[in-house]
Amino acid sequence: MSESTTGINVLTGTACPLDQANVDTDQIIPKQFLTSVSRAGFGKHLFHDWRYLDLEEKEPNPEFVLNKPEHAGATILLSRENFGCGSSREHAPWALTDFGFKAVIATSFADIFYGNCMNNQLLPIALTSEQMDSLFAAVAADATAEIAIDLPAQTVTVGEQSWTFDIAEHHKNNLVKGLDAIGQTLELGKKIESYEANQPAWL
Amino acid sequence: MAKTLYDKVWQAHVIDQIGEDSLIYIDRHLIHEVTSPQAFAGLNEKGRKVRRPDRTFATMDHSISTRSLALDACGPQNQLQLQTLAKNCEEHNVKLFPVGHQKQGIVHVMGPELGLILPGMTVVCGDSHTATHGAFGALAFGIGTSQVEHVLATQTLKQSRAKTMQIKVNGKLATGITAKDIILAIIGKIGHAGATAHVIEYCGEAIEALSMEERMTICNMSIEAGAKAGMIAPDQTTFDYLQGREFAPKGADWDAAVAYWKTLFTDEGATFDTVVELEAADIAPQVTWGTNPGQVIGVTTPVPGPEDFSDPVEKESARKALAYMGINAGDKLADIPVSHVFIGSCTNGRIEDLRAVASIAKQGKVSENVTAIIVPGSGAVKRQAEAEGLDKIFTDAGFEWRLPGCSMCLGMNDDLLQAGDRCASTSNRNFEGRQGRGARTHLVSPAMAAAAALRGKFADVRDFQE
Repeated sequence: MSESTTGINVLTGTACPLDQANVDTDQIIPKQFLTSVSRAGFGKHLFHDWRYLDLEEKEPNPEFVLNKPEHAGATILLSRENFGCGSSREHAPWALTDFGFKAVIATSFADIFYGNCMNNQLLPIALTSEQMDSLFAAVAADATAEIAIDLPAQTVTVGEQSWTFDIAEHHKNNLVKGLDAIGQTLELGKKIESYEANQPAWL
Repeated sequence: MAKTLYDKVWQAHVIDQIGEDSLIYIDRHLIHEVTSPQAFAGLNEKGRKVRRPDRTFATMDHSISTRSLALDACGPQNQLQLQTLAKNCEEHNVKLFPVGHQKQGIVHVMGPELGLILPGMTVVCGDSHTATHGAFGALAFGIGTSQVEHVLATQTLKQSRAKTMQIKVNGKLATGITAKDIILAIIGKIGHAGATAHVIEYCGEAIEALSMEERMTICNMSIEAGAKAGMIAPDQTTFDYLQGREFAPKGADWDAAVAYWKTLFTDEGATFDTVVELEAADIAPQVTWGTNPGQVIGVTTPVPGPEDFSDPVEKESARKALAYMGINAGDKLADIPVSHVFIGSCTNGRIEDLRAVASIAKQGKVSENVTAIIVPGSGAVKRQAEAEGLDKIFTDAGFEWRLPGCSMCLGMNDDLLQAGDRCASTSNRNFEGRQGRGARTHLVSPAMAAAAALRGKFADVRDFQE
């Protein structure tokens, strides 16, 4: 049976504005932290190179947006085009969720990262460039501005402004219900067996 | 209905339709130490088994030393990760090529060498450079660890059909221009995210003329344009490469396989969502100047500045990239000194790459200001290079000759650069910090990397032609 874990419904929180394009997964979680064999504990290394002035993570970089006191406790990350490009490392969404982010709103996402988010209850939302401008402006005007994301209704709301976003039905369903994807597929075992039975011998 | 190569391979693997998604069968699953431990842990927690250990092959490549065969050579964390892979493979009956095994190598180098990748297959690996295997006309793409677990447990993946992009490279390459220059020029043209959500098919006279090693270099970097995968239709070059390899079909099976593989091409009249064309003759030796692979120029072109871009996002990216790279708009590459040269990786760690390096290396000595390392992509590449005497040419010229692995492409071992180092690298990513915090990476072809090692600055490989 497919089991249910926690699902996403409505998220409300403040945002951390990372206003740049092409944020790659090497930046989100650098290679030296990938030797872990667990899924836990990556949050403290999130954006390591930008976030810390030293290798031991003792000196936070006061210029980096994640370290600004007004953005402490943010649960929504804002960014620009091609967020999550590069390496397929799922350590990137693990680091973002472990840090406390529940959603990333950006102009666009790299494919593998987007898929990895779906398997980790991290909601990736793509808005247009103009809508992102408005969202960045709202957060710049008031860092405590609450952003409300309604996943079933597919809307992002800040103050008086509200936008809809696209998400594939199956992704939405899995995020809302928190379904175990492997459990669902295992229920199709008979179909997989019959596919295999028809494959050529040389494969 | 006329079909693309991608359509044919895709449709041959659809098991079931689930809403707008398809459940597709995975023919080959490659795994390595970095992205698999959490997947095996997930299986073990739920008491699940690997459905098809016979379709699953593992190697050690990312976290290993290139100076020592000892698993602990790069510290206890790396050792634990390598030991965890060995334990998982043993418990789940998965074939592993560990450090020191003659078939060990970078997953995307050793897989094709063993004949594990065949035309028309679906191939996945928890590694974005899985796109490499599209060179065989396979549909090959990188996946996350949750998907690795899904494939281990079910031998399937849920996927949406991708858009299609045809990239046609017309005509013949000029002397000194390589597959690496073609793919960098393509990424420069369409941009770092230019192929997002697409599967690319590379075609045209210049592509057809490439060897399998060169085709792998092209497909490998499809991900650097954001593509889901890159493919090249199989032809006689493909069949000749595969025949006789360990895991390739034999006898009557070979004949049946080739008959099928010959049907794997884009039909006349099939349409693509996007079409891009380049003239091979226009491609110069490429060098990246910025911090993503789309920020690339010909070696004789001055470094661009923010003002050269109209798009505000690209303008800002250029400003940030120049600041990180420590160079200025208008700089000539020939004046920029390099401190390091890295030759290797799943992009350019194959025997033909090393032959290209040797042809330059024998024309001089590594500049005294440069540290240059050559890391073969696999044990087989290393043995072949040594059989041809290339290692001697390298070491005589002052290059270091290392053991196979991913090495300085991403620096998960101790092959790391320091802040401020500048590296001419045959790898695939020039992201900030990729080869070490604060280090500056310029992507180039193997011959261009060798030329930079000798000159101590970026040099035009066309000046080195014998």
